[in-house]
Amino acid sequence: MNNVRLIARLDIKGPNLIKGVHLEGLRVIGDPQEYARRYYEQGADELIYIDIVASLYGRSKLTDIVRRTAHDVFVPMTVGGGIRNVDDVSDLLRAGADKVAINTAGVRRPELITEVSRRFGSQAMVLSIEAKQRAPGKWEVYTDCGRERSGLDAVHWARRGVELGAGEILVTSIDREGTRKGFDIELVRAVSNAVKVPVIASGGYGEPAHLFQVVAAGADAAAFADALHYQRTTMPELRQMAQTAGIPVREL
Amino acid sequence: MAKCIVVVDYGVGNLYSVQRALEASGAEEILIGSDSKVISQAEGLVLPGVGAFADGMRGLRERGLMEPIKAYAQSGRPLLGICLGMQMLATASEEFGRHEGLGLIPGEVVAIPDRSVDDQPLKVPFIGWATISPGQAKANEGCLLQAHTATASVYLVHSFQVRPTDPEHLLATYGFGGHRITAAIRSKNITGLQFHPEKSGCVGLDIMRRFVMSF
Repeated sequence: MNNVRLIARLDIKGPNLIKGVHLEGLRVIGDPQEYARRYYEQGADELIYIDIVASLYGRSKLTDIVRRTAHDVFVPMTVGGGIRNVDDVSDLLRAGADKVAINTAGVRRPELITEVSRRFGSQAMVLSIEAKQRAPGKWEVYTDCGRERSGLDAVHWARRGVELGAGEILVTSIDREGTRKGFDIELVRAVSNAVKVPVIASGGYGEPAHLFQVVAAGADAAAFADALHYQRTTMPELRQMAQTAGIPVREL
Repeated sequence: MAKCIVVVDYGVGNLYSVQRALEASGAEEILIGSDSKVISQAEGLVLPGVGAFADGMRGLRERGLMEPIKAYAQSGRPLLGICLGMQMLATASEEFGRHEGLGLIPGEVVAIPDRSVDDQPLKVPFIGWATISPGQAKANEGCLLQAHTATASVYLVHSFQVRPTDPEHLLATYGFGGHRITAAIRSKNITGLQFHPEKSGCVGLDIMRRFVMSF
């Protein structure tokens, strides 16, 4: 088994790091760069930045934040929110991002996924799926920060996304996001079984058992947001916990 | 006089992170460019890159960089290839058809296995952190990885790897589904890293520091 990646996820609104519940009721946490640097120094395997209102207003200030972060953070960064075309991707990669996460624009125009992976490689093209459960074993893809229904089935969309060129899938459960009730294990299992590329589970971490469950369900990586922001846990604690449970993680 | 490191810009890759990592590793002067004269005068040369092999080679050819890089490598000054930049050091690649490389370290670029030794499916591209171990090279004194041959974890993202023709050039490997995958190669002054030292935290910065201090 490969090392499971422990990822710090930072949701951004304007210049601020924010956190909500079910992607709503956003609260300002602080300066994203300060938190990013702290998580890097504490041993995060990766960072994910998502500008969560960018696709609503069609703009993104992320490039500046990414560039400033890349100045002193030397682990991979995935960046998403408001990406519309290949030029947006190029700007983010030049600013220091390693991968981009695409949700809304990919749903509206699936060819974008192919364009990005052809130009920058599939490893740089992360398909971001934000999903809500509709029925047992059925999840629907939402766009525009959890506001718009797409009519797409999350598992089908994951498979299609990989066919189009996505090299990794970021699966966020809107139902669980910010609730601390645990990742949506069945969603992660279904997506992970459907594709051969790595899957990052996001949304819902509250306690150690949640990490063990989601890894058992097939997640290659897990993202942590408010658990870190509110200091209910730390990166070293997560790593230690994983090691104790026999989950392979990076040796620091 | 400041030691000048040139990072080759041939249209692909996250050059800003490479530049920042070199700065954080003590590099005094860094030039990013594709000017053959600048390359010929470099004291250290970094060939970065991500993406497809053929695109990378086309990027070098279109900018007339093949000969300047080869000439630089033959001068004995340190050359560091990273990720795609490492793969392009090899003789040829089988990624999307057969394409010739720079041929500075004899070897072939081949797909990494998608089945484990016990025939379980493996996820490719490999994305993540792996612990590297020494390869078959007997003489690894003075190499960039000298302090990092047992427990160091590095960040890799790739679907293809270099298989050096001469096992003596195999500097480090990592385990993937029971296979040994090439993590680093070296021939004299030329080192190739499949992983991203600029994205491998403290370990990566230490490897960069060794490169910066090696001349």
